[in-house]
Amino acid sequence: MKTSNPLWRDRLIGKMPEALARELDIFEAEVNLRKMGKLDERVFMETRLRRGAYGQRYDNGERHDGKKVQKMAYPRPELTKGPNTLWDAPGMQRIKIPGGGLNAAQLETLADLAEEYSDGIAHITTRQDVQLHYVHIEDTPTIMRRLAAVNITTREACGNSVRNVTTCPYAGVCQDEVFDVTPYTKALSRFLLGHPDTQNFGRKFKPALSGCSQHACALVNLHDLGLIATTRTENGVEKRGFAVYVGGGLGAVPYQAKLLDPFVPLEEILPLAQAISRVFARLGEKKNRNRARMKFLVQDLGIEKFRELVLEERKALEPDPRWTDYIKGAELDREEPLRPAGKLSERGSPEFQQWFKTNVRPQKQEGYVVATVTLPLGDITSRQLRALADIARRFTKETVRTTVEQNFVIRWVSESDLPELYEALRVAGLGAPGSGTIVDIVSCPGTDTCKLGISSSRGLAAELRKRLAEKSFQMDEAVKNLHIKISGCFNSCGQHHLADLGFYGVSRKMAGLAVPHFQVVLGGEWEHNAGSYGLPVAAVPSKNIPQVVTRLTERYVADRQNGESFKDFIKRIGKAEIKRLLEDLTRPPVDQRDRSFFSDWGDPREYTLDDMGVGECAGEVISSSDFDLAAAERQLFEAQVALENGEIEKAGRTAYQSMLSAAKALVKTEFESVPDDPDRIVSEFRKRFYDTQKFFDPYVGGKFAQYLFSAHEKAKQPYTEDSARFLIDEAQLFIDASHNYSNRAESLIAG
Amino acid sequence: MELQHVNVKLFLENSRPIDLEPLVQVFHGWIQAQGWDELLLDVADYRHVPAGPGVIVIGLEANYSVDNTGNRLGVRYNRKAAVEGSNQDRLKQATIAALKACRRFESDPRLDSKFRFNGRDIEIFVNDRMLAPNTSATREAFQPELTEFLAKLFAGGEYSLSFEEEPRNLFGVTVTSARVFSVDELLKNLAS
Repeated sequence: MKTSNPLWRDRLIGKMPEALARELDIFEAEVNLRKMGKLDERVFMETRLRRGAYGQRYDNGERHDGKKVQKMAYPRPELTKGPNTLWDAPGMQRIKIPGGGLNAAQLETLADLAEEYSDGIAHITTRQDVQLHYVHIEDTPTIMRRLAAVNITTREACGNSVRNVTTCPYAGVCQDEVFDVTPYTKALSRFLLGHPDTQNFGRKFKPALSGCSQHACALVNLHDLGLIATTRTENGVEKRGFAVYVGGGLGAVPYQAKLLDPFVPLEEILPLAQAISRVFARLGEKKNRNRARMKFLVQDLGIEKFRELVLEERKALEPDPRWTDYIKGAELDREEPLRPAGKLSERGSPEFQQWFKTNVRPQKQEGYVVATVTLPLGDITSRQLRALADIARRFTKETVRTTVEQNFVIRWVSESDLPELYEALRVAGLGAPGSGTIVDIVSCPGTDTCKLGISSSRGLAAELRKRLAEKSFQMDEAVKNLHIKISGCFNSCGQHHLADLGFYGVSRKMAGLAVPHFQVVLGGEWEHNAGSYGLPVAAVPSKNIPQVVTRLTERYVADRQNGESFKDFIKRIGKAEIKRLLEDLTRPPVDQRDRSFFSDWGDPREYTLDDMGVGECAGEVISSSDFDLAAAERQLFEAQVALENGEIEKAGRTAYQSMLSAAKALVKTEFESVPDDPDRIVSEFRKRFYDTQKFFDPYVGGKFAQYLFSAHEKAKQPYTEDSARFLIDEAQLFIDASHNYSNRAESLIAG
Repeated sequence: MELQHVNVKLFLENSRPIDLEPLVQVFHGWIQAQGWDELLLDVADYRHVPAGPGVIVIGLEANYSVDNTGNRLGVRYNRKAAVEGSNQDRLKQATIAALKACRRFESDPRLDSKFRFNGRDIEIFVNDRMLAPNTSATREAFQPELTEFLAKLFAGGEYSLSFEEEPRNLFGVTVTSARVFSVDELLKNLAS
């Protein structure tokens, strides 16, 4: 769309490695070929995804405008950039930032690109990437060239590839890390990028490195490949290495990574990563996208067999000098301070003190600190990025990193410079306190821009942030330190499973209308690299979620025993009590004339206006399937309580029963007298809803129905704690999908 | 020099704090109505970002917003698609689009007359560093175009110029008219 695009290529010749320039020329040629209709849309889709050029909401050319689904009059409706994805519709450009590390020139380039090609905002993601939204596909080759000129790549930022390698942003300066993992992040990232053994995956592959096991900073347990720094003494000499974990992942059903090897020497991490990649490429699922992440391969094979295969593959690898060269090269690249170490000599203003308390963390190097720049919802403007670049140059040797909490950290700040640094940040609108506290809410893009979003995660996050910030001064310390994480759907990009208070978007019907809801997920653990995952407790209308936060936090403050954590508090009082506490909030308001209840936060469009007949609203027509689905939810809740009580077999059986109940609810809409026989329910469901694809989700197809089929197949097997837990998650998703189907079906009838 | 991607920001009266929240509904309404020459696609709400882009209605050819960059609220038109014709045509196109958007705000009862052009201050800038780097050379090349355009816009009235000095920011100039103009007067001047 920019008329200057052809000029940038010439301007940047010689500013990037020749091979990279050639790659980008090829990508640009592919863009032009697709524009001329000479490249298949599916091939082009995977090509652009591997370059980080992603789709965005409404790119199929349709948008519900609050009254009806509106066809958007794009000038070239016949031209696509992928199946059902229109060429002219804006998309998202993801930019990989290994370990989150950025220098001043890179920050300035991001600022320019956000301003010229996006909407003036760069968005920091939960995996330390940067995203630009509303980008035109024809601008992407120029964006990539301008990034390449400052040594940033978008290659393999999306698609079935090795994604950004994430790392603890405090690596190298953390007081209790085992050692600095930064060099190994760089080496691993460089080695796996474009490696032939990583080009044939069935799904994405996410690596992470952490300098310790006790903190949350790198969230190793939720990654396909996770490395935690450790040491071992051999012949009286301490040797550095990594504990290697595999098969973690969030997504719809979260899996904790399994320990592959408690100690892998530094020189072995690249060949081991290569061997793991080869096993995943060879044996990972390719056809069924919903079972293609490595977590399923590790689960299906078992960690022992997976380990055996990896070790076999490792033995078969031809030696590669890069295994050690990349490591040695990266180890030489060490950060240093710009200014001498110092001590803070003044107390400063109350605002400074507040910021200092939450946003400053001492480094292991005496006299230096890490200062966190708290970004609201991970958003930063172009001018703020330039200000951050100036600050990085003025106070440090440009040692800035992004974090998985969607913030920036400035490392190697001399403590005596803090008042000046704070003032510079404040002037730039970057001096907000509250880093790592309850106001520092993490959120995925949700319905704002994501094609998969169900509810407005950013809208909710903004609202909660506003309300909590107003109360933060009088907030109890125990509440201040809680984490809130929000995803717009079950796919967990907002990492809701790890939060004290997690929410993910679902829709439910109330009084005949679709209403945006969030599932409340409690009991997750952020510390210990995402030590445990929470479970859903109740689906609550979006507009009632602030009250959920208030009630739960107030109850925590009132009933907390001996400094117990929120997770332990939730476990102690139990899900039944929490459900009772939130029960009334799950219901629609008595006075339904206030239509804002039927729209989402920050989005005044009524959630599905096709359903909004006044008569329906007033008449409270509840179909029998709504009642049956509510019964299925009750059964699922019983399963959760059973799991909480350690009744594993009961938990698994009841979760399975809840799926059958939901399936039966749908079957009954077509076959009223379906017998109460599991085989018959499942076969009727398959015939009527799966084979016909009526139950298919627009984006994940038959994934949720397959959960039912799998649960039915395994119904006679005993349940383990893991399998019961997975089944509860799957049952929740199946019931959510049943609600969605029911809403869609009624829309069609009404429309 | 060829100017493309011209942006125009009309600064608002700032006698009282303005809540941008009602704009979200207004912009969704614009998309419903699609009563513009340009295709409007979506609403981006950045009210949570200090001195940020405010609330934007994203379009295919252009974005409209109430922008708070530099902590100065203004109605901004951000032209993304190329415009045929001369540089005068492009300056005129962007300015008319911004003025018409401002007129809509001024007359929208939901906005309670809060979004009013201050009558004097207009920022004109070019959202393309390749075509218009923020240098003295660009300023020299642009000045005759600007003089010609402002003579028409202000009907020969006096004004002062303040060019953007930070070289990393977009090339642009804030124009302050010596006398107050209404939106309709400026539209009339450009139509003549």
